[in-house]
Amino acid sequence: MLLAKLPMLIVALAGALACCGRAQAAPTVTDFKLGNGLEVVVIPDHRAPVVTHMIWYKVGAADETPGKSGLAHFLEHLMFKGTEKNPGDAFSQDVAEIGGQENAFTTSDYTGFFQRVPREHLKEMMALEADRITGLVLTDDVVRPELNVVLEEENMRVANNPVGRLGEQMDAALYLNHPYGRPAIGWRHEIEKLNRDDALAFYRRFYTPNNAVVIVAGDVTAEEVRADAEATYGKVAPRAENNPRQHPMEPVQEAPRTVTLADSRVEQPSVTRNYLVPSETTAKPGESETLDVLANILGSGANSRLYRTLVVDKGIALNAGADYSSTALDYAKLGVYGVPKPGVTLRQVEDGIDAVLADVVEHGVTADELDSAKNRLIAQAVYAQDNQATLARWYGAAIACGETVDMVQAWPDHIRAVTADAVQAVARQWLDRRRSVTGYLVQSLKPEEKHS
Amino acid sequence: MNAIARVLSKPVHRAAVAIAIPLLAVAASAAPASATTIERVVSASGIEAWLVREPAVPLIAIDFAFTGGAAQDPAGKAGTAYLAASTLNDGVGEFDSKTFHERLEHKAIELNFSADRDALRGSLRTLSENRDEAFADLRLSLTAARFDSGDVELNRAQILSALRRATTSPTDIANQRWWDIAFAGHPYSRPANGTLESVPNITIADLKTYAHRALARDNLKIAVVGDIDAETVKTMLDNVFGALPARAELTPVANAGPQGVGRRAVVNLDVPQAVIEFGGAGIGRKDPDFMAAYIVNHILGGGSFSSRLYQEVREKRGLAYGVSDSLVWYDHTALFLGSTATRADRSAETLDLIQKEIRRLADDGPTAEELAKAKAYLNSSFALNLDTSSKIASLLVQLQRDDLGIDYIARRPAMIESVTLDDARRVAKRLLNGGLLVTVVGKPEGVASTAPTAN
Repeated sequence: MLLAKLPMLIVALAGALACCGRAQAAPTVTDFKLGNGLEVVVIPDHRAPVVTHMIWYKVGAADETPGKSGLAHFLEHLMFKGTEKNPGDAFSQDVAEIGGQENAFTTSDYTGFFQRVPREHLKEMMALEADRITGLVLTDDVVRPELNVVLEEENMRVANNPVGRLGEQMDAALYLNHPYGRPAIGWRHEIEKLNRDDALAFYRRFYTPNNAVVIVAGDVTAEEVRADAEATYGKVAPRAENNPRQHPMEPVQEAPRTVTLADSRVEQPSVTRNYLVPSETTAKPGESETLDVLANILGSGANSRLYRTLVVDKGIALNAGADYSSTALDYAKLGVYGVPKPGVTLRQVEDGIDAVLADVVEHGVTADELDSAKNRLIAQAVYAQDNQATLARWYGAAIACGETVDMVQAWPDHIRAVTADAVQAVARQWLDRRRSVTGYLVQSLKPEEKHS
Repeated sequence: MNAIARVLSKPVHRAAVAIAIPLLAVAASAAPASATTIERVVSASGIEAWLVREPAVPLIAIDFAFTGGAAQDPAGKAGTAYLAASTLNDGVGEFDSKTFHERLEHKAIELNFSADRDALRGSLRTLSENRDEAFADLRLSLTAARFDSGDVELNRAQILSALRRATTSPTDIANQRWWDIAFAGHPYSRPANGTLESVPNITIADLKTYAHRALARDNLKIAVVGDIDAETVKTMLDNVFGALPARAELTPVANAGPQGVGRRAVVNLDVPQAVIEFGGAGIGRKDPDFMAAYIVNHILGGGSFSSRLYQEVREKRGLAYGVSDSLVWYDHTALFLGSTATRADRSAETLDLIQKEIRRLADDGPTAEELAKAKAYLNSSFALNLDTSSKIASLLVQLQRDDLGIDYIARRPAMIESVTLDDARRVAKRLLNGGLLVTVVGKPEGVASTAPTAN
């Protein structure tokens, strides 16, 4: 049984930085702040002579001015265009020469840049990244081709891809007021109008050491990282105030929403529902971990409620599952989905999903289910220790969304403390259709059939 | 934030990931003693594994591969190995699928199988505290898979669903069209997961026959990484793999090169972005010119942001989000394969640019500076392949399948260093002068199919 054989919906639901695995209580993680306000987190892993170096800016697509959607992501691309000190692609050339890897990413809540390099090059990376906090130089010659690159990225992720288009429409419907309703890549008509001045204004406002966190994971000690950070990042003066991140929040949501994306290329219909729920940052103590357990019992693996009921027992679906991605500044989503077997309607699958959810709300979960879910969630924290880049991303994302190192480290203990009663209570409270959007992916008539 | 739609990476190097598992950019340099001390462990009954002991994290990773993958599928039954692999971790021995998955999940044991063109592969991940249960579960999967009809039918239905989806996915179409033409008449032309026509024909008897033929000891390579010592590995090897037949019964597969080189094939699909796949004959993994070819390919379109294709297609002109190519080797062929995706109205320009860059590198070779930088990159980047148990396990299986020797990682830096500018120029010609087979899916303006004979 390979759940990954139907990756489409799993991809649509499961965030790259999704809930689950977290660092096991790791007493060696060190966290400190430089005089300019930059936070630094060090995660030692001495198994290989490499380091993962990341800088996370606490700014994302949700911080864009309305009408300028896609700007945070566009700026992320432009950050590779060089500074006065390191013009053009000198930074990337340097990374390539030392055998490093690099990349960057943008979400609604944060923008991150990273290099993975042999350990002896860490300070060099820190110096280059520190220079890039304030030193970016942009000319129209480099901005214009990069806008085309971003438009091709939008083509690849969204325009060419019905699942991507449905995901955008669902978010737009789920959020009535909050900017999470805008796609991080931007609406195409707004991306097309972005320019150099927009990018530089956004850069000057948000890229400042007091609005960033640096994560170093790998073959290093806290002492050497502190010294290198002082010598590089420590020299960058703050250039903007750190304003509290306040976004327009959701009103009371009173009506379930549905959206349908029809495309002639859809060969496999599916139904997905996202509920608006608290994130780890906004949840009450223990609530987010309880949602982790709920989502795991509902829809993670072949013995989850949804998979076993819809796929194995009733035989109406090819796949079914659930996902909760807890890391977010303001809101998180708990998603459930089902993929019907040929001959079964989306309605039948959706009714099946609703029956499973209703059962958990009414009767709760069993002690065995609770035990197994906790075992797997806690094991994920151990498996995560095998990958320094994974650990770096978890700490980085959590801190960029307002959590602390302690919160990340306490996660396994909080999972252990979840009770069956609490799982039922969060199900009852948060699986509320009025705070949800349901998305249907369906095949439209082929163009030639429309006219027949 | 959460959904992947919100997580946008800058340049995703799509490379040949969809194409080849044997791609594992085998590269190595001075790596840490702890992470690269590879022990050859041989059990009492003669089963061999390569072990990297790493007690720092309390988990164990085991990867293994049985030679004899989808290329073994009987005529008209493409997808047999893949369906068998998908069902191996369902019902086993006395446990039905539900009970077996409960056992695995309760202990957070991850046990997965897959099949590609050349091999059936498996991977086991367990916390060290659960290792005995995990090893027992693995043994059952390999020796006592039930292939219950309900499990087979569910897996079959899931595979057919994926195949239906692939019929309208531009990336899948471009890739499959490439292999259809390049390996017409050869088992490599068939998708590992089969076709909409072939998958319904596969019977439970076919799956059992395949498992009996392919799961054996003489075609097996094993790697173990993590919190476990050599003595425990020896016992595990006999317990888990000892009951397998001594010899596999495999159908010989012919060596083949890509056909249709010089040809362009366009498939019309109503999408805004045209997907392009291009490739030609490569250089074999054990060919003396392999390392030079690997370096040349890195300069043309390899993994860093400084490759010629990346610079010309993306950075200077903004024609695509990603463009790259890779050397790809299978047991019976060697290729270089690349891909990109670009707007319909500039497809012809993009394709011409790629072909021009390939020709320029074939004619003039790389510069001395490019060569030096590529060598430095390929040498020092190798450590990044060794920083997780999973990566190490996967690499150790690949090194064994490629028969490169347990000392390969130590020898590799010198192999890279010894490539001269003359070597690189000569091999650039050898690799890149053979012409390209190109497939394009979308509504590409100014790009038309050419006759199969064109060159």
